[in-house]
Amino acid sequence: MSQPPAATQSAQAGPQLRTRAEGLASALPPLLAQAEHLASTVLLGSHGRRRSGMGDEFWQYRPIAQGDEAREIDWRRSARSDVHFIRQKEWQAAQSVVIWVDGSRSMGFSGDRNRAAKSDRARLLALALSVLLVRAGERVGLANTGAPPRGGQLQLVRLAEALTGELSEEDYGTPETPGLPAHARAVFLSDFMGDIAGVEAALAKAADRGVRGALFQILDPVEETFPFDGRTIFESMGGTLSHETLKAGELKERYLQRLAERKDRLEHLARVSGWLYDCHHTGDSAQSALLWLYAALERSR
Amino acid sequence: MWMLGPIGFTAPLLLLGLIALPILWIILRAVPPAPIRRRFPGVALLLGLTDDETQTDRTPWWLLLLRMLAAAAVIVGFAGPVLNPQVEETGSGPLLAVVDATWADAPDWSRRQDRLAALIEEAGRSGRPVALVQLTDLPPGPPEFLSADRWVSRIAGLAPQPWEPDPEAQEAWLAGLGDARFDTVWLSDGLARASRAPLLEALEARGDVRVIEGGRPALGLAPVLYEDGEVKLSGLRAITASEAEVAVSAIGLDPAGTERALAAATLTFEAGAAGAETALALPHELRNRVTRFEIAGHRSAAAVSLTDDSLRRREVALIAGRDDREGLELLSPLHYLEQALAPTAELLHGGLTDILPANPDAIILADVAQLAPAEQAALTEWVEEGGLLVRFAGPRLASSEVSRTELDPLMPVRLREGGRSVGGAMSWGEPRALRPFAEGSPFYGLEVPQEVTVQSQVMAQPDPELGERVIAALADGTPLVTRRGIGAGQVVLFHVTANAEWSTLPLSGLFVQMLERLAVSTRPASPSAEDLAGTTWTADAVLDGFGELQPAETLPGVPGERLASRAFGPDMPPGLYTGGDRRIALNVLAADDVLEPAAWPARIPVEGLAIARETRLAGPVLALALLLLAADLVASLWLSGRLRGGQGGAVALLALALMAPAPPASAQEADEARALLATTEVVLAHVVTGDQSIDRLAQAGLTGLGEALYTRTSVEPAQPMAVNLETDELAFYPFLYWPVTEGQPIPSAEAYSRLNRYLRSGGMILFDTRDGDIGGFGSATPTGRKLQQLAGPLDIPPLEPLPQDHVLTRTFYLLQDFPGRYTSRDVWVEAAPADAEKVEGMPFRNLNDGVTPVVIGGNDWASAWAVDASGMPLYPVGRGFAGERQRELALRFGVNLVMHVLTGNYKSDQVHVPALLDRLGQ
Repeated sequence: MSQPPAATQSAQAGPQLRTRAEGLASALPPLLAQAEHLASTVLLGSHGRRRSGMGDEFWQYRPIAQGDEAREIDWRRSARSDVHFIRQKEWQAAQSVVIWVDGSRSMGFSGDRNRAAKSDRARLLALALSVLLVRAGERVGLANTGAPPRGGQLQLVRLAEALTGELSEEDYGTPETPGLPAHARAVFLSDFMGDIAGVEAALAKAADRGVRGALFQILDPVEETFPFDGRTIFESMGGTLSHETLKAGELKERYLQRLAERKDRLEHLARVSGWLYDCHHTGDSAQSALLWLYAALERSR
Repeated sequence: MWMLGPIGFTAPLLLLGLIALPILWIILRAVPPAPIRRRFPGVALLLGLTDDETQTDRTPWWLLLLRMLAAAAVIVGFAGPVLNPQVEETGSGPLLAVVDATWADAPDWSRRQDRLAALIEEAGRSGRPVALVQLTDLPPGPPEFLSADRWVSRIAGLAPQPWEPDPEAQEAWLAGLGDARFDTVWLSDGLARASRAPLLEALEARGDVRVIEGGRPALGLAPVLYEDGEVKLSGLRAITASEAEVAVSAIGLDPAGTERALAAATLTFEAGAAGAETALALPHELRNRVTRFEIAGHRSAAAVSLTDDSLRRREVALIAGRDDREGLELLSPLHYLEQALAPTAELLHGGLTDILPANPDAIILADVAQLAPAEQAALTEWVEEGGLLVRFAGPRLASSEVSRTELDPLMPVRLREGGRSVGGAMSWGEPRALRPFAEGSPFYGLEVPQEVTVQSQVMAQPDPELGERVIAALADGTPLVTRRGIGAGQVVLFHVTANAEWSTLPLSGLFVQMLERLAVSTRPASPSAEDLAGTTWTADAVLDGFGELQPAETLPGVPGERLASRAFGPDMPPGLYTGGDRRIALNVLAADDVLEPAAWPARIPVEGLAIARETRLAGPVLALALLLLAADLVASLWLSGRLRGGQGGAVALLALALMAPAPPASAQEADEARALLATTEVVLAHVVTGDQSIDRLAQAGLTGLGEALYTRTSVEPAQPMAVNLETDELAFYPFLYWPVTEGQPIPSAEAYSRLNRYLRSGGMILFDTRDGDIGGFGSATPTGRKLQQLAGPLDIPPLEPLPQDHVLTRTFYLLQDFPGRYTSRDVWVEAAPADAEKVEGMPFRNLNDGVTPVVIGGNDWASAWAVDASGMPLYPVGRGFAGERQRELALRFGVNLVMHVLTGNYKSDQVHVPALLDRLGQ
């Protein structure tokens, strides 16, 4: 505290940077390992496109047609018959998936000391999904960082690094999708407690670019049950919003009604833009959530 | 002090604070409970919602009432409420408190003490000087009038005495009072006695007299009599109004030597009767064991009746030298003895060898001269152990050679041949009378009747010791009775016959008295003064006022006459007195005593003993206020919604814990839990070395090994445990890892015996000297030397370096190296038997028995196995990929080791599979 700022900075840049980096890295393997562990529960199959195209796998022989180049002829097959055949490969195109994980303060909420915060669950699911996708040969990117989607193990490490940071200062997050590739897939992981307009805008923007995907709402069980009573001042996690009530128990019905409305709204938004919506509670198993997410991407792929 | 009914207040002005309560009510009602601040993301959905009602969160009336009560209790508590405050007595001038302090006070002595303390404190409050006088223990001078607090501390030291006030001492004390004036309070024991009237008169002349009386009525037990084979008990009481039943128990030592109630009886007092009697038929053996009778539950010296010889019946064996004179009863040598002893003693008849095992108190040989050698030896032994042998002379003894030239071992003196005869038809002289008994003789004090004469007797040889052995002599000085101590017992010789042939002694009462003095017989009733004349008695045990037997420490001897007078005092308290072989019990009450209630003149005010106690209520009231406040706290928490779910349970539990302190979890339960944990799962364990870092390392190492086992094998170990050799049971753990440190304490002998038992019953210890980098096994590294010290007392078989075909090389993985953090090759295990041979065609020797009890090495395996909480290796091993390979091999060694411990030589038995298959094929 009494040190001049310059000294502090140089100290941070010096050996301390390394210590901090190591501290940061020490958490990485567990998160990655946890995500890999979670991902390993989803059985992987072949993910061919079931049609001919660019790829490595053999798809079919077809007789030559007008417009085919002569070099495409498979002479070995053609020699066994009178017709010339063209050897077609299965189309294997890597898909780009962009994941947005809400990093706002509201995600840091946990209704119970023994339950992980919503952000932990969101990050775990995001990374596990990434692991699955990378194994399937897709390109994955984090919308939060803005970096383009990439494939490969190294990308996983980058993602894990990006996902182990601190939560941001904002109270509620708004989906941000800078440089969302056209026709990519997107997954939004958030509690969607903030202003719904931001979500609408992001969805509209994504729909414009032909992007489909999933809205995945993660809630704490406490947010579903509202087990409060008595005179209470409710504050948002960042402290920017507050609401005082004399009888919290009286508010329960109306709160639950509003929450249901919010869910309906999200589902409606998803439906009109061709997305999928699901709500997940941190009290439930992460595995079912991952399965749902994976299936949702399969469907929209 | 301000009084409200029976409650007074020391600070009544504080009660004005109660007026403020209504104001407090209004204030509390206006202020709603404080809100809780909660972080909740869903607040975004709450914005804009309003409460339906706005005034609901006023404090509810019952909570307000609770708080009001708490506040009121605080105010009342500090106002100092006192229940039954003591209102001061009137009167001034000095106050004399007179206490009887006799045995009749004893049953409720503590109440009397309380009353006395209250009395003196009261006098102290009004500034009166006080003096205290115990009538049974009068001070030598006039009473000391001192301030009350000086006396209060002395009250606890007062004790009732087991005797009555002494009228003479009381007179002397009254004379010493002079003309001082004072008021008197007399704490009476409620019994009438002659000395009361003069004292009361003298005290009334000096001021007002009040009497305090009450408590439990006096009860007493008269001396116990033995008549017609029954023990007669009689009780006395002072107040005769109603019917009453009193339980009396006979107390004595049981055969095991512990004091207990041997029998019980009930005394039933009829209404209006002052006495009650009952009889108790006790078997002879039991009766001899009884030491005292007492009224159960009545602590008073009079309620105890000690027993003495009068209850105890001695066993006396009578043996005569000749019993061939049938029909001549009066001439029988035993006739007079039987007559004299039958009322008071149990008589045994029979042969000497039959009688001796019954161990009688006394044996009387009447005119028995020669004993068989075996009888003589047995009798001598019996006498030396404390028996009393009484011999009577007679014609046989006179004519025998017994004790003629040599002193017979069972005779007190040598005898002259023939004896003598005086006053007979053929002799000169008069029959001789007895000389009065000399001082020092047991018969001293007995009256010698003139009609007792002796015609014949045996004569003692004049020896140097003769003088001191004579206890009775004739008028001319010839010994009549002689006595000699042998060992713990004694031999007494009457130089005359036991019948009236030689003398008239057996015809006289003196004969019975002499037998009694010799403790051959016992007297039936309490002794009279002449019975006891000339004797000296010492107190054996004395009674205190409460009826407890106390050892008589330095009390002086008491002459028999004083004993007979029963004038008890500090120099002669009631109790048990011994003189020689006899015991006399002096009880507080004599057979003819009567208890009567004291009668006071009508002018004297008589008060009861009960006092209304002053009780300060401030403490309870303030405690009530605290309780109310605690209830208010819980209620407020509940109202504001902070008592929901788990928290509510926690608070309730906390409240319960505050109410009743939970019993501390005992060490045994912890031990049990640990044993259960260790036995329900496979648990690897390491020995606590005392070095924290090494212990942590061992723990982490075993954790890492456990994880490797879990993932690779079907062994699924639980968390490893630390084992303290001194305190923990080892049998639960299949495998102990023992890192050797220099500073490790050598285990105790018990710990070594536990370790040896563990090794013999199939346990395994992996000793790790952790110095594989600097020296091989057995070299002089510090930990190597320590290992030699540690393992010295252990029961370890011969060792050899791990051979190539040892089962450890193939229990799970195929291994030839056993690296840990270091790669020394020296790993030692139990040596193979010398006759182990390699069979042709087999890959290894035939070695199938037992698990090696120890594996010793220095490769620091724990470091190679150790992982941190997130499962990452803790310590670097080697360099680069080769290092990781080394770590992997270390883990494989660990897996092999645990497999070896758990499966034994299973893998070695595989050797026989080809042979078995071959045989099955045939």
